[in-house]
Amino acid sequence: MPIVLFRVDERLIHGQVVVGWGERLHMDRIIVVDDELSSSAWEQELYCLGVPAAVDAVFTTVAEARRDMQHWRQDPRRLIVLVRDLDTLARLSADRLLESEEVNLGGIHFAQGRERVLPYLFLSQAEQDVLQRIASLGAVLSARDLPASRPISLPDLLDGG
Amino acid sequence: MSDEAVRGLIIAHSSLAAGLASAVRQIAGVGDEAIQTVSNEGRGPEGLLAAVREAAGDSPVVIFTDLPSGSCAFTARKIAMERPATGIVCGVNLPLLLDFVFHRDLPLQELVDRLIEKGKGGISGTCTEDGARADRALSR
Repeated sequence: MPIVLFRVDERLIHGQVVVGWGERLHMDRIIVVDDELSSSAWEQELYCLGVPAAVDAVFTTVAEARRDMQHWRQDPRRLIVLVRDLDTLARLSADRLLESEEVNLGGIHFAQGRERVLPYLFLSQAEQDVLQRIASLGAVLSARDLPASRPISLPDLLDGG
Repeated sequence: MSDEAVRGLIIAHSSLAAGLASAVRQIAGVGDEAIQTVSNEGRGPEGLLAAVREAAGDSPVVIFTDLPSGSCAFTARKIAMERPATGIVCGVNLPLLLDFVFHRDLPLQELVDRLIEKGKGGISGTCTEDGARADRALSR
């Protein structure tokens, strides 16, 4: 089973993911890839408060994710993979590990140095360059906050939509 | 109501918090001293945390969230871990907010327990077979 949603979202497990996407995609499992969170039990506990009882959630490091990615793609369960920043995504995409993987840009919010691209997507020039580099390694990137929204491909996104 | 009374802070999606606070003001005639609001709209985790931290201040507060999970509840729980005298009530509704503004002098734990009960009690309803007498439907 392909990964049903591979998403970049600073908020990780939250309403849009659990309700908006998760209900629609009938998710079985959420995998959060994040080096810091994978060793923080209390933060994992907080995030798991938002996970429906029928769904399980696991937290993993980038290294573990790179090791297990192929296994995840063959998992019979419906998996949602979440990362919260582009640095993590870039590390996952090295060596074309995300070749042909559809990656959803779902929520990167305002911070110093970022400019508004979409209401839910703010990017600095450096981050735009990172996205271009990830795309050049084979990942198929598009922005879409919710299933009902129109996906916007990376070229359109960086070209002004 | 004394100056020491617990303040309320609603964290919710979109414009829900402002709408609820507006309704409370209209019905109960209380102002910002009783209830403040923060929306998560356009805010990432750090931005939301900073906004809630500022709004919470240093005095006793009950943080109300719309959902029991997600970014608002997550932020409320993080704030509660870093400051004392913080109550959290998830699944906010108008009846419990109205009860809150008139009982802010209660000790925090007692107040939170009361609000949870009031919130649950504020939900009622019934279902008619044909809808013809829906106007007579009484809560159970």
